[in-house]
Amino acid sequence: MMEPMNIVRVLKHISGSSGCKMLKRNDVIMTGIVLLIALVSLGFFFLNKKEGSAVVITVNGKIYQQIELEQNNTIKIEQENGDYNEVVIQDGYVWMTDADCPDKLCVKHNKIHYNHETIVCLPHKVVVEIIGGEENTVDIIAK
Amino acid sequence: MKTKKITIFGVLIALAFILSYLESLIPIPVPVPGIKLGLANLVVITGLYVMGEKEAFVLSLIRILLVSFTFGSPSTLLFSFAGGILSCFCMILMKQIGKFSLTGVSIAGGVAHNIGQVFIAILVVNNILMIYYLPFLLISGLITGLVIGMVGALIVGSVKKYHLVSGNNN
Repeated sequence: MMEPMNIVRVLKHISGSSGCKMLKRNDVIMTGIVLLIALVSLGFFFLNKKEGSAVVITVNGKIYQQIELEQNNTIKIEQENGDYNEVVIQDGYVWMTDADCPDKLCVKHNKIHYNHETIVCLPHKVVVEIIGGEENTVDIIAK
Repeated sequence: MKTKKITIFGVLIALAFILSYLESLIPIPVPVPGIKLGLANLVVITGLYVMGEKEAFVLSLIRILLVSFTFGSPSTLLFSFAGGILSCFCMILMKQIGKFSLTGVSIAGGVAHNIGQVFIAILVVNNILMIYYLPFLLISGLITGLVIGMVGALIVGSVKKYHLVSGNNN
């Protein structure tokens, strides 16, 4: 089916100039629309950016704890099956210091500070979310 | 010609499998869950253009199951499944519309893959806030889809030009 000669020709073909019309007009339009949607929503998020006032930790959609941002704190989220995540609040910034999840994406995540910013640990279903700003008047339960 | 088809299937699945593994070795310096290169999509899009729509679907289904059971966990299976199947359907649809090039089809596939992942993430963590990741994932889907699509166009062009796969079969 695939003689050696064929492979040589294919390699020549790839290294040579080929496929100049890789994108059609419709491709560019589609890309533009998706890019526009993404950028507009990013801009919307950016304009709505406010200093957060509290941090809400949810596990599997249920609120685990809600803490004010002002006070420095270290919270260990422990679940019944032994999964844990460690969250640190310091100087208004929140980040995850430790977790026993397989991918550790939550630990690598940047520090969060503004409202609606989140750190998510998908394997543990843990969401750390900043709330606050003016429009949010949720009662804050200080620990 | 049946033997030929089976052989090509085997080669493509093996390729997809290895590419998925390679991809897991490449660290991506973005702390957003779900951003991937989508190297295995190269195989799916090649299958779509060289073999056909049904074959591409079967190919991506087998790849997802195989890779998730080997390198992943039940939760990665869910994510790859949602992303992969949505992406595959989207690419088949875009190809059928006929107004997009292979690269365009690949871009749509990349974006659809990431949309599927965000929706599964919303369901898994039970929190609508995951939607805030969508703009980032849309953009990353565009970029990876473009890169994969351009490479895919080269591959499919070569395969077709030199009749490596469909010499004289159906």
